[in-house]
Amino acid sequence: MLLIYCPYCEEERSELEFRGAGDAHIARPANIADITDEEFEEYFFLRQNPKGLIFERWRHIHGCGRFFNAARDTVSDRFYTTYKAGEPKPDISAILQSEQDKGAAK
Amino acid sequence: MRKYSVFAVAREALRGHKGWGPHWASPEPRKEYDVIIIGGGGHGLGAAYYLAKEHGITNVAVLEKGWIGGGNTGRNTTIIRSNYLYEESMDIYEHSLKLWENLSQDLNYNVMYSPRGVMMLSHNIHDQQSFKRHINANRLYGIDNEWLTPEQAKAYCPPLDIAKTARYPINGAALQRRGGTARHDAVAWGYARAASDRGVHIIQNCEVTGIRRDETGRVVGVDTNRGHIGAKKVGISAAGHTSVLMQMADVRVPLQSQPLQALVSEPLKPIFPCVVMSNSVHAYISQSDKGEFVIGAGTDQYNSYSQTGGLQIITHTLDAICELFPMFRRVKMMRQWGGIVDVTQDRSPIQGVTPVPGLFLNAGWGTGGFKATPGSANLFAHLIARGEPHRLAAGLTLERFRTGRLIDEAAAAAVAH
Ligand SMILES: Cc1cc2nc3c(=O)[nH]c(=O)nc-3n(C[C@H](O)[C@H](O)[C@H](O)COP(=O)(O)OP(=O)(O)OC[C@H]3O[C@@H](n4cnc5c(N)ncnc54)[C@H](O)[C@@H]3O)c2cc1C
Ligand SMILES: [Zn+2]
Repeated sequence: MLLIYCPYCEEERSELEFRGAGDAHIARPANIADITDEEFEEYFFLRQNPKGLIFERWRHIHGCGRFFNAARDTVSDRFYTTYKAGEPKPDISAILQSEQDKGAAK
Repeated sequence: MRKYSVFAVAREALRGHKGWGPHWASPEPRKEYDVIIIGGGGHGLGAAYYLAKEHGITNVAVLEKGWIGGGNTGRNTTIIRSNYLYEESMDIYEHSLKLWENLSQDLNYNVMYSPRGVMMLSHNIHDQQSFKRHINANRLYGIDNEWLTPEQAKAYCPPLDIAKTARYPINGAALQRRGGTARHDAVAWGYARAASDRGVHIIQNCEVTGIRRDETGRVVGVDTNRGHIGAKKVGISAAGHTSVLMQMADVRVPLQSQPLQALVSEPLKPIFPCVVMSNSVHAYISQSDKGEFVIGAGTDQYNSYSQTGGLQIITHTLDAICELFPMFRRVKMMRQWGGIVDVTQDRSPIQGVTPVPGLFLNAGWGTGGFKATPGSANLFAHLIARGEPHRLAAGLTLERFRTGRLIDEAAAAAVAH
């Protein structure tokens, strides 16, 4: 079971409190009735499904109830970070670098 | 290839079983093949076999990054049935079920297909209406499926608790008598042996890392950890890794990869006569010939390639099993594992051509593609050989996500298998 840090509650809680909500940073077209079938397919169905770094949405459904985003590795299932909805994609290489530096300092 | 028979068993028994030999050859890869299949699961190996057997195409290689059958083929709970709702599904799953019935004879390899009946429990009015709709659709299409009262269900499967006071009361069940199970490993090995015998190269520990195209965009081969291998046609049959491979050809697909878990108990004497599934409480169970209870759980809610899932998913399934079959409460579980399933939004598979000429796709079998192995492999071979889909698989195209002609088994049944 995953342990997930809710950026609103500022607490790490068990996955049981959360509902996964799919890929993050997918903007719903504002003119949804006008777009072509190709554009709708791209928006609605096609996914990167990455092996490695994924940006995804979670909802703290049995807590504060809010949606937020996470950056996670889909091979190790490890979370790099979670961040509030509306914030830009975090720079994961910077997170990894700072961890490495900490490791080296030990 | 030596034919397996009762005489071969008797002869080997007298010789201390020293004369069996390898089931399939392990040749060095050629520079080029007519067809390369990526993925040595049942679907890929089967497609290679049918290419050789039914289409006379024998210059074929199956490239497998690990060992054959090490993916979902060797990790699934082996439920076989064909009582799906939509015609596109019934076509391919019933085609498959018919092939299962003769597969051991066809391959000269015992895949232990056991049509012991698959029973789906109905717990509420919604289940009942949905199952009866399935039963009617199936029977109109010539596929067996019947409604049982709780008493009839109990007679067919005595360990079932049908008490009105049960935690998950049962108001009936749907039964497909021709459904059942088969031995997963034997399916991979049987296809590998029969394909190898017809000249197909089975190359293990060979991971595809790139898909090469010429300046017109046509497929010309693949890069692997064992070097470049040329091919006129390439078929992808890589289950959970489909998105990764398709991205090597710059194609995004409507798939998500998620963990799905199963577990087995300690072996017990034969007590459980059929397969029982409960979609509403999400549990399914059967007893293997070794005596273990084979139990399937649900998918995790997030994408992952980890081949492991959350313990709470398994616990949830075991809770349900213990309620449905109180006599199993003290059975010990021995092993648990996960596989990575490739799930489409409509929970139906994709088989068809791709935007890349020469590249063919068989994917999206998700949580329920073991049962489809012979049928899917057979029709995938047809697709690769002819360049266009067989009538029975014509609706499973990748384009349906653009045209909107979905095959919405997701809404129809809630869970697969
Ligand atoms: C726990 C569990 C229970 C299930 N229960 C059932 C059930 O009861 N009934 C049912 O019908 N279905 C069930 N399924 C689904 C079923 O297992 C699959 O749909 C089916 O086995 C898929 O077969 P396949 O040959 O396509 O895939 P796989 O057997 O997964 O084969 C794909 C192969 O591709 C290889 N590969 C991947 N990437 C590469 C690469 N880059 N280069 C080379 N090779 C590569 C992999 O190593 C793998 O061996 C279950 C699945 C799981 C995980
Ligand atoms: Zn919260």
